Parts: sequence; C-alpha cells; structure tokens
Amino acid sequence: MAIDSLLRLPLKVVNVGLAGFAADLKARGVAVAEVDWAPPARGDARLAALVSKLGALDSVDAANREALGRFFKAEPVLVDVRPAGEVLTRLKDRMILHAGPPIGWERMCGPLRGAIQGAIVLEGWAPDLAAAETLAASGGIAFEPCHHHDAVGPMTGMITRSMPVMIVENRTFGTRAYCTINEGLGKVMRFGGNDAEVLNRLRWLATTLAPALAGALRLQGGLPLKPLIARGLSMGDEMHQRNVACSSLFIRQMAPWLARAVSDSATLASACEFIGANDQFFLNVAMAMGKAITDPARGVAGSTLVTAMCRNGTDFGIRVAATGDRWFTAPVEQPRGLYFPGYTEKDANPDIGDSAIVETIGLGGFAMAASPAVAGFVGAGSAAEALNYTRAMYDIAFGRNPDWTMPALDFAGVPTGIDVRKVVETGIAPTINTGIAHRLPGIGQVGAGTVKAPLACFEQALTAVAGKLGVG
Amino acid sequence: MPPSSTNLTANRVRRGFYLDSVALMRLSQTVSALPGVTTAALMIGSASNRGILHEAGLLTPGCDAGANDLIIAVQAATQAQLDAAVNRAEELLDQPQAGAVAGSTRRPRTISAALTDLGGANLALVSVPGEFAAGEAHRALGLGLHVLIFSDNVSYEEERALKEEAQKRGLLVMGPDCGTALIGGVPLAFANEVALGDIGIVGASGTGLQEVSTLIARGGGGVSHGIGTGGRDLSEKIGALTTLAAIDALDADPGTKRIVLISKPPAANVAEAVLARVARSKKPFVICFLGAKGLKLPANARFASTLAAAASAALDKPVTGSLDVHSTAAQARAGFDGQRRWIRGVYTGGTLCGEAQIVLRDTGEPYWSNAPIPGSLPQQSAVAHSLVDYGADEYTRGRPHPMIDPALRDQALATALGDPAVAAVLFDCVIGHGAHADPAGAVARVIKAGPGNRPALVASVTGTDADPQNRATQVRTLQEVGVLVAASNAEAASLALAISRPR
Repeated sequence: MAIDSLLRLPLKVVNVGLAGFAADLKARGVAVAEVDWAPPARGDARLAALVSKLGALDSVDAANREALGRFFKAEPVLVDVRPAGEVLTRLKDRMILHAGPPIGWERMCGPLRGAIQGAIVLEGWAPDLAAAETLAASGGIAFEPCHHHDAVGPMTGMITRSMPVMIVENRTFGTRAYCTINEGLGKVMRFGGNDAEVLNRLRWLATTLAPALAGALRLQGGLPLKPLIARGLSMGDEMHQRNVACSSLFIRQMAPWLARAVSDSATLASACEFIGANDQFFLNVAMAMGKAITDPARGVAGSTLVTAMCRNGTDFGIRVAATGDRWFTAPVEQPRGLYFPGYTEKDANPDIGDSAIVETIGLGGFAMAASPAVAGFVGAGSAAEALNYTRAMYDIAFGRNPDWTMPALDFAGVPTGIDVRKVVETGIAPTINTGIAHRLPGIGQVGAGTVKAPLACFEQALTAVAGKLGVG
Repeated sequence: MPPSSTNLTANRVRRGFYLDSVALMRLSQTVSALPGVTTAALMIGSASNRGILHEAGLLTPGCDAGANDLIIAVQAATQAQLDAAVNRAEELLDQPQAGAVAGSTRRPRTISAALTDLGGANLALVSVPGEFAAGEAHRALGLGLHVLIFSDNVSYEEERALKEEAQKRGLLVMGPDCGTALIGGVPLAFANEVALGDIGIVGASGTGLQEVSTLIARGGGGVSHGIGTGGRDLSEKIGALTTLAAIDALDADPGTKRIVLISKPPAANVAEAVLARVARSKKPFVICFLGAKGLKLPANARFASTLAAAASAALDKPVTGSLDVHSTAAQARAGFDGQRRWIRGVYTGGTLCGEAQIVLRDTGEPYWSNAPIPGSLPQQSAVAHSLVDYGADEYTRGRPHPMIDPALRDQALATALGDPAVAAVLFDCVIGHGAHADPAGAVARVIKAGPGNRPALVASVTGTDADPQNRATQVRTLQEVGVLVAASNAEAASLALAISRPR
C-alpha cells in the first residue's frame, strides 16, 4: 500500500476508544465502526502479550487459512451404517467410548455412570445394572473418549461394539468419522437412561433401523451433507438445538431409497416412523459430519484454530490444530436454559457431550441467527438477540463459511474456525447450544439451554501454541 | 428466449452447494447486469431448474449438475465478458454480504471484527488508555489500516516500533498524542471544520494545526489534508518518521499545491533530514519550527516565525483582521494608572502559549513560562510577563484538558483580573470538534463577575464559523464583556504587548 492511499480514499474509520470521536464523524456522514473496547485478555498482561505476539505472526494467519481451508474444502457424505465393532478397529471388547476428554470412573458424573451401566448390560458383560456398576468401578472396563476413535457421541456419547454407527466420509480428504444413531427424545441412554425400554430401543436400532439405513445409503451412493445443511440453515435449523428441517429433509431424501432397500413393509414403516417422529434425528449425522470436517485440520502446524470441543460432564476439553491430539481441559460449566415441567436447575447435570463439534464448524450457537426459534427456547429472547449471539461469535471466528449462509444476516456465512487468540483476546467464550441431562443416572433429559466454553481451556491452548512456536 | 447465434454460453458447476433461491435470483440479477452479459442465471441443478435453463438456452450440452449442485449459467457477447461474468458470480458466492442488520445493537469487540462489519475501512482512531494504545495500533497496522493514536503515555520505544512497522507496510501512524488531523476535509479528534483547498499541513502540534488551518480557512483558503504526527515525532529518538511519511504523501497528492510544516524546533540532525526531504520536493514549503533561529532552508522553503506567519505565507497574504494594534492599545491604556505593566497569559493551548512567547522574546521583553520555548531566557522574577500553559502535565493530572474543561484556566484569569500590576490578560479560546461546547461563555461569566477596574482583556478564537460552537458567536460573546478579540493568537500577543509597554 502506498503511504498516500489514506489521502485518496473516502475515510472509513474504525473507532477504538472515546465514543465522542465516533459521534462527530457519524454526524458528518463518515462511515464508522465502533469497537466496544475492553482491555485485551481481561486485563491479564501475560496473555495479552502472547495474543499480540501471536497476532503479529503472519505464519499463524497462513496456518489458520490452511486449517480453515480444509474445513471449507471438505465434502462430507453419509455413506453407511455399520456395527461399531466392525469399523472402529481399536474398539476392543469390554471397552466403552464416552463423550468428552479422557476421564476415569471415579470422576464421572451421574448420567455418564448410568449410561455406562446400561451399556454394560446391553453388551451382556453384566447381568444387571448393579453388577454393571461393580464391574465398571472395579476396573473391568476400559474407558476411552469417542474422539480417540474418529468418533463422536451426543451427551454421554456411549459407543460399544454392538452399537451401530453412521459413517460420514470426507471425500476430499478420504477420512471417515462415526457417530451412533439418535435414540429419540425422553428417556434415552445418551442422557443416562438405562432401563429395559432404553436397552430394547438400542437393540431395535442395531437389528432393524441400522441395516435399513445402510441399505438405503448404499443404494443411493451416499447422501451429500453440505447442501443439506445449507438448506437447513435457511429453514431455521442451527443443527444443534434444532434439527427439524434437516431431519425432515433427511427422511424426504431417504424415503424412496429406504423403500427400495427394505422389502418388508412393516420394517419400512417402523423405520420411517422412527425417523419422522424424531426432530433431533439429524443431530448425530451433523456431529459425524463435524468430526469428518475438522479432522483433516488436526495437526496443521502453527494454527490456532480449534478442531474439537467436547465435555464429559466433569471436564470441558478442546483440541487445537497446532497441538494435534493434546487436550486442554477445565471444569465444565453449568448450562443456563429452560426446564421441562417438574425440573429446575437444581436437577441439572453440568454440561456433557461431543455435540459441541457442531459449534466447532460454525453451527449450533454460532449459527443462532439462522434459528430465531432456538433463541427463544434457550432464553435469548428476541430474534435480534439471536443475531447478537452469532455476531459475538464473529469476533472469535477466523472466517465465514461461504457455503453456509444465514438469511437473517443478509446471507452472511456462519462464523467458522474458532481462533484461540481471539477467544483469549476478547474474553468471549464460544456459545454452545445444549440439552440438559438430569444429574442422577437413569432419568434423562430435563431441559435445554446454552453453555459457555470455559476460557481456561483456551488460555492453556494459547500458552501451549505460543510455546511450540517459540513465542512467549 | 432462444440463444442468439452471436452469443456464447457457459455453465460452471459448484458441486454440493445450496443457497436459497431468492438469494440466487438476486445474484443472477447482479451478474446479468455485467458488461456484455445478455442473460445469466444461478440455479440449483434440480430437474425442473434444468428444464428452465434449457428453455432459456442457458444449459450447455455437457452440464451434468444435479439437485445437490449449483449451475452458474451465463450468456455473453465475447469470451472475455463471459469469463469475467462467471468469475464474478463465483466471487459473489464466496463473499456473502457482511451482516449489518437493523435491530442488532451489538458492537464488535475487536478491530478485526469491526473490519468485517465495515468493509473497506482505512483508518483506526485509537483513544484507549496509553498502556493499551500501542497494542491496538499494532493490530490496526497488521490489518492494513492507517492509524491515528490520540492516546498519550506511549513510550518512545513503542512509538518508534509502531512507526517503523507502518513504514514497512506503507501506512501512516499519526501520533501517539496526536490531537488533531484533517483528512480530505474530515476533522478527526480535536479539529475544526475547514474548507477543502490546496494547502497541506503536517503538524507535530494539534493546536498549531488547528490555528494554522482555521487561519487559512478564515483567510479564504482551504486545506487538502492536515496530518498530525504527535509531539515527539521530530525528536532524535523518533527521527521524524511520520513527518517524512506525511511529506511523501502530500508530495504525491495531486490536490496539494503547497505544504506547511509545524513543529517545535527539531533536533539538529532531524531538522537536517526533514529539510533535505523538503528540498527534493517540487512543491513550495512553509517551515514553522516555532522558536527556531538560523535555519538553513532549501530554495523551495520559506520560514515562518509564528503560526499566523505560516498561514500568511501559505495564503500569500497577511491574515490580520480589521483591528489596528496601535490605536487599540492606546485606547486600552488611556484609563490605566501608571502601575499596570505586565501581561498575564493564561492558555489552554500549549503551542499558542509558545507562539506568544516568540512574540515577546523577539522584542526582548522579560517573561516567565511553565512551558518555555527553546532559546528563551525565562525570568523567575515576579517583575516580568508570564505565559502559562494550563494544558501542561502538571495541570492535567487527574483532570480533563482545559480545552474540554477550562475551569482551572478561567480561575487563573479571574485572579489576574484583580492584580493591579497587570496591564493585559491574554488568553486563547479554542473551539471545534472535541472542545468545550461554549468556552467563550464560560470565560465571559468569570469576567462579568470580576472587578470593574481591571486590566485589558485580549483574546483570539481558534476556529471557524462552521464549527459546532460557531466562531462568530464566540467572538461576539467575548466582545460583549469587553474582550479585545484579535484575528490570530500572534496578533493578540502583539496587542497585549503594545498595551503593556509604557510609552
């Protein structure tokens, strides 16, 4: 840029500080953007210095462009549904995958323990829930995060060998990601439910629905997900709290192929009925897609973009591209939201689940502007407030996804690529839309709301990346 | 409509893409309006849409797009126009509009976030507390913005680092401690409404820039750009990095015909470098290094000893007003007893205080100042004039600058009114954006409450009639309480001097 460029252009000013200066300029008709300034990194001088040093490195921006480019270039396609034991090659017998960063039995919350007991009984490793608890507590079961197996799971995130997983293939990068089938609302294992009704439904998913879906997907050569999401955003879904549009589009697209793949009309009817009656059916598809999109960015050297966010009900964990598989964890926060009749926040378990993978790719809380209905549900109130949620996320995102746009923001792209530098600089935590589980095992979902990712995770990650880059 | 035989048609397909059809129709309209384009359509490749495109002659035979793909179909007169239109369509798809939505009151928290709201921003105006100012300025530079740093309390090291980075990036850093700038007629921070014209100004002093730009405007001229550099730019440690960049910019600016430099006297080697740069320009310069003596100027530069002289030189005519200094002084003295001898200068603007000192110094009058100009011989004795800058650090710690709140200065003025040794109270009244809403009214109230037997009151008003306070109104307010209002601060100092001198 030439030094005299300022003198040749009409002034367009970013005002950082005294509001009076901006007001004078606006009164003269000069275009002004006003920064709502606060001391960077909430006044922490060490972190503020790291932010500005990492901000000055062009190499970090280049790495982030590379990582975000991998997000945007992804071509996720739902290709198949298979038993987890067949496709997750490192998922051994007597191993249970759970949501969130690594955790041992002794630190697990109620719903996670409840779900594990149910999963043990489901797999036949113990005759009943009590025996299952004893087995789990005695060290007879291996626990590993879904994320360590290219998989994600909502809420408690249970995956065992017999459970079917949906497979999303990222055709650009040749990678695959996995998620279980959504069980529906109410008393379900992902919220810690573990009674006979819960286990019988899981058996039906494995024996009946999964083969039907698999047949339909294979017949049609896979279901491309990116355009489906784009359409869902324009129909009021944000793909975390609200999936009614995408679930509907899903069954619309799948129905003829299910009809071709399933010869028995009773099975066909039950499959269509189950999907059609579950507004959240698509959530698990979106999650597997999120994992498939973010995984190729894992390990992009020098990138400060977040590749995963998840919770196990005790800890919140994030991964950052530059530091690969390392987890940065902090105590998970309590969601704020609305409760089903008969329940209050006293009943709520701290936040849980791998579903924050959808926020990691710019959906969920980041795409709240697409979903005014959700804004009301999660206590944000007016549609204008829903826009503010998304606008806040623009402050911490590295870019906007040109393929996924929101009509209410004049088709602006969803804020994508959470930059730990920006999170630490602004003190704005990613907003996650979430369901709320009961704190005791076996009860299930009691509400829904939003939760903030703990800033401590991002502060640790920033420090680690800075250390890796020799800055600090 | 069937395709015309002279038109070319192209289809480009985006796989796995969906956008709402209303948004696509808007984009289609934009692309259709491009040069040479007869028709254009962006459509999802569903069977029915393919039918529509086919009917319109917009579907090329090889196009295999399906319901999950987008077809960009364009018909244009030439291959170049066709390519340009298809590429533009891709660009439009990749750059969804910035969300500037009515009803959303949220403001961005960072400069980079603000940039996505305000595409094409080119200047950051930074006025956060000093300890954070350099950080924000670095961020702004990194994002390709020119920067005006109003904040002070930025270290020399940080200032130098910022200016070096700006130099590397081809950007301008005005400040730190830059109170005033005028870019293309737009006043920034503390500045005045000044007509556009062909005189460029580079000022290390905000008030100096205000005085010269408003004198030029009132003299019938105009200012192309007024670039503030910050008070320390011409120090040895900073080496005039911004001043030199500003000269480059104004030298290259076709709207600028002559250039005025305003500063305290720079360090000798810095002055040399600046004057060497001036010598390389083809444009005429006016050099106003307040208090400097014996400068060796290049042929295209003239020296101006005061701000008023600088404005006169830039305009090629004197900026004096209708007031005759000698007869006015004689009239003012007529009612005095023999004791009134001294000037009490009470200033809000440091540079104006310095300019008054030059007027006194050049006549050999003894004076004292808390902010002495270089080369002056300050008197400690009470038997002297005094010129006090109430904007100096010792008066502004923990309180607003007197240009914003002149109470402290006006108090000192009230004290001087009752002093039988004082011949003339000399003061300034600076208006414009950022300044007190009615400084003349504030001082007029103090004068009205003062004694009947009082010294002469001499003032100047820095500003224009287009300023929010309106200079004519401010002048009238002062005249109504008996203040002699000069055409410039230099003239006010001369008048005060003439009043104070015994016959």
